[in-house]
Amino acid sequence: MEPAISSTEAAAPVSPAVPAGVAGAAADERRARAWAAAAGVVDPEIPVLSIADLGVLRDIRFDEAGRVEAVITPTYSGCPAMNMIAVEIETALDAAGFPGARVTTVLSPAWSTDLMTEAGRRALAGYGIAPPVGRAGGRRALFGETAVACPHCGSPETERISEFGSTACKALYRCRACREPFDYFKCI
Amino acid sequence: MSTPLFAYTLRLADDALVLGHRLSEWTSRAPTLEEEMALANIALDLIGQARVLYSYAGEVEGRGRSEDDLAYFRDEAAFGNLLVNELPNGDFAFTVVRQALVSAFMLPYWTALTASRDATLAAIAAKAEKEVSYHLRHAAEWLVRLGDGTDESRRRSIAALDELWPWTGEMFEMPDDERALAEAGIAVDRAALKAEWSRTVDTILEEATLDRPRDGWMQTGGRRGVHTEHLGSMLAVMQSLARAHPGATW
Repeated sequence: MEPAISSTEAAAPVSPAVPAGVAGAAADERRARAWAAAAGVVDPEIPVLSIADLGVLRDIRFDEAGRVEAVITPTYSGCPAMNMIAVEIETALDAAGFPGARVTTVLSPAWSTDLMTEAGRRALAGYGIAPPVGRAGGRRALFGETAVACPHCGSPETERISEFGSTACKALYRCRACREPFDYFKCI
Repeated sequence: MSTPLFAYTLRLADDALVLGHRLSEWTSRAPTLEEEMALANIALDLIGQARVLYSYAGEVEGRGRSEDDLAYFRDEAAFGNLLVNELPNGDFAFTVVRQALVSAFMLPYWTALTASRDATLAAIAAKAEKEVSYHLRHAAEWLVRLGDGTDESRRRSIAALDELWPWTGEMFEMPDDERALAEAGIAVDRAALKAEWSRTVDTILEEATLDRPRDGWMQTGGRRGVHTEHLGSMLAVMQSLARAHPGATW
């Protein structure tokens, strides 16, 4: 097992700390630059989706020593991509002139597909993965299927093959019109 | 020193790890490729939940024990998981019935725990709740397919249900230290979830055209570290690598 989530941070407030003595505008500019660098990291399983579009990148803040800290939240408890994403954020920040960056994981509030941006949803569909349908939150029915449009031909005539797909965040569907199988990004 | 919060968090972690490991044993043995991915995904969710719970337990204990220390370097009697989670996988029907019975309990359990006064447990519960709702759907749909399926799948489903039923009572048992935590608004009163569990199970069984077994004598002991003969051999396999190479990372 890799080092896991630091659960003392589980409910850490999401508020950027500005280093003392740094003028507001310069600090804002620095934070924006760090955010852009971290936001450029993509999900290793879905390389068209940045961690900002995915809603995984939650905050960029600076500690008293001026080192940057990227705050991320996991999609699923056991998502194995999180370790790789953390390493890639550190590398991206280092390359952007922020050496010694840290990545902290927070659990609260829990990640939801509602956090995914519109740009992220369009990128998913363009990549051949049906984006999540509807909003998370409501209690799910015990039985029944979600109507998902085929990302290849747009047909609503699709059927679920399996509730679980190639990664924790996806389910497996098949289009009855164009006969192609496809992944559906589950709504949670 | 073992505080009630440490012991409680550890039991939740043990529940998740033991069932997650059992499900991982299906890898390369599941009936279909899709089902293999599904069971591995569910195992991954459970092991992910176990990791955050073990990490938190280690922090609560304050003796510097890591998630790996707690998962790999405790013996059978120190595990406080539910006995039903450690039973061998059996056939596919047995695994499906167990997932349905346990997930039907864990969904309302995590939902209730999201209101915990312990912010970390509430945050872990909020994630786990979303995950287990998929686990329950998956198991329920399979149980309908098996129970209302062929003569053979029906026969196996009934046998699994009869065999598993006496292990379900333990889910509602409250150890003394947990009762105190529930009264303090940190843990959840397990007995209070019985009615909802019953309703969910009845709905699934009705759809699956299966009869609900009669409640009788219930086997307990896991919370006190008194386990079936199966946990020891499971841990021996699961822990062997970490014990052969202490401190190794991979």
